[in-house]
Amino acid sequence: MEQKPKKSFYDETHTVFGHHESKFLQWIFTIDHKRIALLYLLVMMIFFIIAILVALTMRMELFAPGQQIMQPDTYNQAFTLHGTIMIFLFVVPGIPAVFGNFLLPLLIGARDVSFPRLNLLSWWLYMFGAILAVASLFVGQGFADTGWTFYAPYSVQTGTNVIFALTAAYILGLASILTGINFVVTIHRLRAPGMGFFKMPLFVWGLYSTAWIQILATPVVGITLILVILERTLGIGIFDPSKGGDPILYEHLFWIYSHPAVYLMILPAFGVVSEILPTFCRRTIFGYRSIAISSALIALIGYLVWGHHLFTSGMSEWTKIIFAFLTFFVAIPTGIKFFDWVATMYKASIIFATPMLWVIGTIITFAIGGLTGITLVTLGVDVHLHDTYFVVAHFHYTIFGGVVFMLFAAMHYWFPKFTGKMYCENKAKKAFYGIFIGFNTLWFPMFLAGAYGMPRRYFDYLPEFEIYHKIAGLGAVITIASIFYMLYVLYKGCKEGEACGNNPWNSTTLEWQISSPPPLENFKNIPYIDFMPYDYEKGEPKRDLTKIIEGGDHD
Amino acid sequence: MTETTTPEIVYDKQGNAHEVVDFNNDYIGAKLGFWLFLFTELMLFGAMFLVFCFFFYRHSGNFVIASGNLNLILGGINTIVLLISTYFMGMSLLNIKQNNIEKSKKMIYITIVLSIIFLTIKYFEWMAEIHHGIYPDSQALNALSQGEILFFGLYFTMTGFHGIHIIVGIGVMLWAIKLINSKKITNEKYVVLENIALYWDIVHLVWVFLFPLFYMISFGGAA
Repeated sequence: MEQKPKKSFYDETHTVFGHHESKFLQWIFTIDHKRIALLYLLVMMIFFIIAILVALTMRMELFAPGQQIMQPDTYNQAFTLHGTIMIFLFVVPGIPAVFGNFLLPLLIGARDVSFPRLNLLSWWLYMFGAILAVASLFVGQGFADTGWTFYAPYSVQTGTNVIFALTAAYILGLASILTGINFVVTIHRLRAPGMGFFKMPLFVWGLYSTAWIQILATPVVGITLILVILERTLGIGIFDPSKGGDPILYEHLFWIYSHPAVYLMILPAFGVVSEILPTFCRRTIFGYRSIAISSALIALIGYLVWGHHLFTSGMSEWTKIIFAFLTFFVAIPTGIKFFDWVATMYKASIIFATPMLWVIGTIITFAIGGLTGITLVTLGVDVHLHDTYFVVAHFHYTIFGGVVFMLFAAMHYWFPKFTGKMYCENKAKKAFYGIFIGFNTLWFPMFLAGAYGMPRRYFDYLPEFEIYHKIAGLGAVITIASIFYMLYVLYKGCKEGEACGNNPWNSTTLEWQISSPPPLENFKNIPYIDFMPYDYEKGEPKRDLTKIIEGGDHD
Repeated sequence: MTETTTPEIVYDKQGNAHEVVDFNNDYIGAKLGFWLFLFTELMLFGAMFLVFCFFFYRHSGNFVIASGNLNLILGGINTIVLLISTYFMGMSLLNIKQNNIEKSKKMIYITIVLSIIFLTIKYFEWMAEIHHGIYPDSQALNALSQGEILFFGLYFTMTGFHGIHIIVGIGVMLWAIKLINSKKITNEKYVVLENIALYWDIVHLVWVFLFPLFYMISFGGAA
């Protein structure tokens, strides 16, 4: 087991401008997909921490009725900042940019993505957008106060730095498009010989569907944001009712992207579930094809449901019924996935390692999030629940309880792949329980508060809602403390973790067949793939590919 | 960046040979990636066309009246100029494939000159409107009907975006000439030029839709 560690991608790299002596330049000019993934991870985690601290401040403000620590206008800017950072800088790039970048080539048996330089450009654009967003905090009248949705006409009229935020969002969108193009081409062109589409690991299917959404939906929001900028600077009138324009049109254009975007967030997370489950259930996944196709179906139907954000904005009754029906319909492929996962776990000898705990946690929280989504899309109920805390709770149960939980799961599951070391299982489990309990304490009361009529985005509230805000405030503290503890455990693992060999989980997929951390250009020899990705026999991987990949040079 | 001369081969159980795609030198991948990029362009302009359709449906009469203010002759000349430029762009690609380097470069230069002619005509058209006091948020424009305000708002936005695409096109053509000079585009490695030709096609294709929507909807009706 203990071999002399080989040179990994930490030791050598390709850069875009030839060779650099400085380690720092070697990192920021790298075109190696694994290093770019780590660059994304670092920056994203910084923004994640900023955004949760902003959220904590908001919770503290809401801890009691009346004004506590900030002005009402500051509160508006705070939730805009929280939403914008979380959506555009953390969740949307999230799993694809970090784990997609790192693992996609490994999972399909490729040496890099199709366009390594474009990949680096995406990161640079991402950084540029991030800096622009941060800069707008400190100039003029401060950060935008419109909410992350930038609804017209308010976004056209407010005096805050909307143009900065919009430009940043546009540039981040561009980075996301380029990543999407890169992934689709990589998946089409660079799969190892023999690996047909239905022999790809399911995470790759998730990334593939995601990448198509990135390509086809993001340009629409891009042009929409630019139209708002033109409206603010030149007054072209498209969203200005006094000139015949239509603010509702903005909402349509915005959600044409932004609803598919929530599927863009969740599909790679579903992919992570499908990777982790077989490993810790020690068996092949139930219904491989149905999981693969349901990813594509979710992406497809996800395009046709944006109208459910506008049920109370003014739409014809027929349109509402069609959008409601289509939205119900999108729950079906999601349900298929859930049943497949549960069927995989049924009668399996499950190993409750930390990544598996996260997956089980997500199956619970995302089920709550998903089913309350069905509640929300019921036309009559939505009129009552629209723009209340119920929506806030639903959204966080899906995005935090689905996407972010799976991001954490991926951080644990692929931690040995990234570092070659193992974190402390015991402590990591404690962190999971802390976050899971804190999470439910934080958001479950919001369902109730919302159902009783607490509106979202309000700086203050009536006394009868105080109890919910108190419980939620407590939950926020538990969640954030546990998140910091989890990050600390992982950091400790990086520094002092024990070396764990190449394949500590004894998993079947290709990324575990090479050394951890992987060498530059990943595979010495590329294997021929004529088998399914999750081939277990009596709880053991059916075949060992290490010999083929590392073995003697033929040809 | 190793220059692989022989492709890497792997064998399946039956001993059949399969080629491993070299990610550093993948012609089909480069084409596919660019086509995906063109999809994003379609979605970008598509969203604007959607907005146009929406307001055209709502204010048909006033859109036709506003359209009468545009110069159909100049717009028509521009359409022809752009269509001819596409021909030369395509000829440049054919010439590079046949290793007629100088001729190919000449064709690109002609395309650039035609694009500059297009932009110049466009400039005079915009200036004519602006001299009439018609530009977004101007007093003269805001005094008109809502349909006309929106028509000109969209006119400046969409032709502006198209104009930016022309300018970017000129930029990448100059870059292509530089690449030809430094032998990075040759009769065997021409995918960059091919993609630029594709880009130029979509730029002219967008104009082919812009022209009737903005200039011709008043044709035969209002003088």
